[in-house]
Amino acid sequence: MSEEFKIEIVNPESSFYVNEGIIEAVVPAYEGEMGILKDHISIISFLKPGIIKVLTKTGEENFYVEDGILEFKNNSLSILTSIIMDLKNIDKSLLSENLKKAENELEYTELNDQARFLISQKVEILKSIN
Amino acid sequence: MPSLDDLKKRITSVKSTQKITKAMKMVATAKLRKAQENAEKGRPYSERMNNIILNLSKNISDKENSSKLLVGTGREDTHLCIVLTADRGLCGGFNTNIIKKAKNYFDKLSKEGKKFKIITVGTKGYDQLKRNYKDKIIEKISFKDSKNINYFDAEKVGSLILEKFDKEEFDICTIFYNKFKNVMTQIPQQQQIIPLQSEEENDSSNEQPDDSYEFEPDEDEILSNLLPKNISTQIFKAMLENSASEQGSRMTAMDNATRNAGELVDKLSIEYNRSRQAAITKELIEIISGAESL
Repeated sequence: MSEEFKIEIVNPESSFYVNEGIIEAVVPAYEGEMGILKDHISIISFLKPGIIKVLTKTGEENFYVEDGILEFKNNSLSILTSIIMDLKNIDKSLLSENLKKAENELEYTELNDQARFLISQKVEILKSIN
Repeated sequence: MPSLDDLKKRITSVKSTQKITKAMKMVATAKLRKAQENAEKGRPYSERMNNIILNLSKNISDKENSSKLLVGTGREDTHLCIVLTADRGLCGGFNTNIIKKAKNYFDKLSKEGKKFKIITVGTKGYDQLKRNYKDKIIEKISFKDSKNINYFDAEKVGSLILEKFDKEEFDICTIFYNKFKNVMTQIPQQQQIIPLQSEEENDSSNEQPDDSYEFEPDEDEILSNLLPKNISTQIFKAMLENSASEQGSRMTAMDNATRNAGELVDKLSIEYNRSRQAAITKELIEIISGAESL
């Protein structure tokens, strides 16, 4: 029996990435990174800014996400996100623009803890990519 | 009886109108294909979003205390209506149909003595509504400048709605848009987004509700994170459907206009030819009768 499952990353405009031969997916879930293998229990969770790492037979792929929600059920993983970029052909200028915006947002004092946590995560990730 | 010259002028003018409508039809056809594609591509996102929310709300234990976006504020005095229309005219009954649907709803609300506020998205909706409901329109938004429909525009509308909801400016939010069925048919839709009404409530009871999910963090937290996003998603979906409908509607309207112009040209040409022949005959008769009298 094969050890592969299906992944589908969807953004509002289109299906961003579909692959049926996934061995492992590592996603930045809200409460920490989570590795998903075949026959994982059905789960719903949401994502914090970070890198989705997808392992296939032929290699691995990395995507940057800013937010989203994931659902795993019957060996099919769907990720809904509004901002996603492939790390291979990422637009550096866009990233640094995003970084600046996020850093500015951190300056606001009236943010609640959750928002502050998410934004500082974003800053960290963006810095590490750049 | 118009003179020959007048007829000739009218024929040329109708012909040039026909050229314009034909060109507009071509443009609409090209745009329609793209808009339709976009609408189809956008569907999985909103469908999945719906599914997840449905699953979540089924699993929620404490319905009373869950997010107000799901269960409502408990009142239904003030309604907020988002009317999504196009920015351009000349697209048949497209805008009028949405407005008609919205106006019916407004009438119903005012009969029941409820307050309502309007936000228009797209300039045509504002133009048509400002005559009767000027004091009710609290915001008008137009995305004339953005070439394509993108999610960020929808998010702007979404966050505006949420902001007003947080300030308790309204209790129930409804959006109006046209659903694209096919090129010929667009169905005006009225959809309540706050509090959320799931359309598939009846279908879902047939499914086995026993697939249990693990939630991380708990259901409430995911739901409160997800519901605001769902608002933007619904708006985005409406905008996509609307743009496909607009192009479809324009295409049909322009096709009709081109055909009508063709018929008019035919009719005018016959009239032109007849009166020309009549003039010739008249001249001949005059010459002959003149020669006979000599």
